[in-house]
Amino acid sequence: MQKDLSLSEFIVTRLIKACGYSAILFVALIFYFLLREGLPTLAEVDLGNLFSSRWYPVESYYGVLPLISGSLIVTLGAALVAIPFGLGTAIFIAEIAPRWAREILKPLVELLGGLPSVVLGFLGILVLSPNLRILLGLPTGLTALAGSLLLGAISIPTVVSVAEDALDSVPRSYRDAALALGATRWQTIWRVTLPAARSGVLTAVMLGVGRAIGETMTVMMVTGNAPVLATGLGSLFAPVRTMTATIAAEMGEVASGSVHYHALFFIGMVLFVISLIVNITASSVVFKQKKRAERVLS
Amino acid sequence: MNRNRVQNFGFALLTSITFLTVLPILLVFGYIIVQGLPAISWEFLSAAPYGGMRSGGIWPAIVGTFYLTLGTAIFSVPLGVAAAIYLSEYAADNRVTGLIRLAIINLSGIPSVVYGLFGLGLFVFFLKFGTSILSASLTLSIMTLPVIISTAEEALRAVPQAFRTISISVGATRWQTIRRIILPEALPGIITGVILGLNRAAGETAPILFTGAAFFLPRLPGSPLDATMALPYHLFVISTQVPEMPLQIQYGTALVLVSFVVLMNLLANFVRSRARARRQW
Repeated sequence: MQKDLSLSEFIVTRLIKACGYSAILFVALIFYFLLREGLPTLAEVDLGNLFSSRWYPVESYYGVLPLISGSLIVTLGAALVAIPFGLGTAIFIAEIAPRWAREILKPLVELLGGLPSVVLGFLGILVLSPNLRILLGLPTGLTALAGSLLLGAISIPTVVSVAEDALDSVPRSYRDAALALGATRWQTIWRVTLPAARSGVLTAVMLGVGRAIGETMTVMMVTGNAPVLATGLGSLFAPVRTMTATIAAEMGEVASGSVHYHALFFIGMVLFVISLIVNITASSVVFKQKKRAERVLS
Repeated sequence: MNRNRVQNFGFALLTSITFLTVLPILLVFGYIIVQGLPAISWEFLSAAPYGGMRSGGIWPAIVGTFYLTLGTAIFSVPLGVAAAIYLSEYAADNRVTGLIRLAIINLSGIPSVVYGLFGLGLFVFFLKFGTSILSASLTLSIMTLPVIISTAEEALRAVPQAFRTISISVGATRWQTIRRIILPEALPGIITGVILGLNRAAGETAPILFTGAAFFLPRLPGSPLDATMALPYHLFVISTQVPEMPLQIQYGTALVLVSFVVLMNLLANFVRSRARARRQW
């Protein structure tokens, strides 16, 4: 009896440990499969072609620059939307709003976070882009700008929830001390609470931007899908195509194992590496802050 | 006086920014409800599309999304909860644990379309599951895993340490303590996390694009190795790939998808707040 118990305990513990380690296995597996299918591109397409400004796989042009620039410009636009609105909302919810308003605002922002991106893309096609076209007098409303606005909306919930957590975890005593010294609430927010929470706020911005780079369906539906090299801010008002949209739009039509297939995995590899860098940097910012806080307390 | 004016200006600015953020959210939901409601009928919900998808209903897409969500739950819930138990109850605070946490953070940041590529490479081609519910569910499971692990771990860690100490001190083993004491106490929090995770999986399109989604199927999928229609993919198809698609059907489909997501969200919030009200510790 006793032996049975310890044996089952042993098995269960091992199983749980294996599940715990599975996250590492999955990241490794994902990286392995992206490399396996993506790296052959370097042998099949010469570098001059790969880093050219023409993406037209039907005629064997595999220049990834227009796709990277497309992702960059849409993401930049999204950041310009998500950072002021996301941080502003987070500060309002954490520091200014009365309790009842907080109870309404938080679930509303969460609801936006749960909205499938395909629904936003759908409204982007039917409502946002026709209005943008008329408003700005453009030949088409399906532009980088439309993508940026919607991606901004998609990133806002991430920015709000991470930044609000960071502001919330600033000790009450910091605020009390500032107020007791005669600072106004506004001065306290601006000079005490925000600086104390700055690493968390930075993390919020990075995770929001990371979310925007990786978003697929919305940008595929509203940015017009023209692989043209973006040269400046003017490209915001023209159709572009992002890395994610290229994969999603073209993978369905390629033969497995072809050059085009490998090139799409190569783009996926680039996206994976970008998200890895963003997330590792964001999390190391948090760790560093923790260590500093521990040092101050000890 | 001047600094009070600055404060008033600052507060007004932040209030209007928040208003400008929240108002579009309400408008989006309101607009979809108003435009989509006229499309909803028993036939729309229970019939298959016909006439090049320009008439009929969306039943196969609803069923498909249900199958995909169920499949995702089968794989991701046991694995995710077990991983959370490991992190909260067993793992030492060392380098390997740090690596596991880093892996989880990275999993949560990988773009959904990259999950699609991975699923295509591993499940569809390498393991030869084909374009199927199985491949798509497995892909969605790995994507959902970080959400489930982090919320479940948080719920487990919230159970007071005294519960563990007392249980061990009356002779229970570690696993008995977890199964009979810790898990039941943490259950509402875990369920909330599971619902939110599955909700995200149900609304995703990019990971199933090349792993399991079908443009149009005349009948329901008969086995896990069949491809399936799904609500988000169906909305994508009828709003971009089908010319002269009646607007009403598009808005109706969006409304069904959005209501599903909102209901799941409300359910998660309900479980969470009821558990909070009942909690004895």
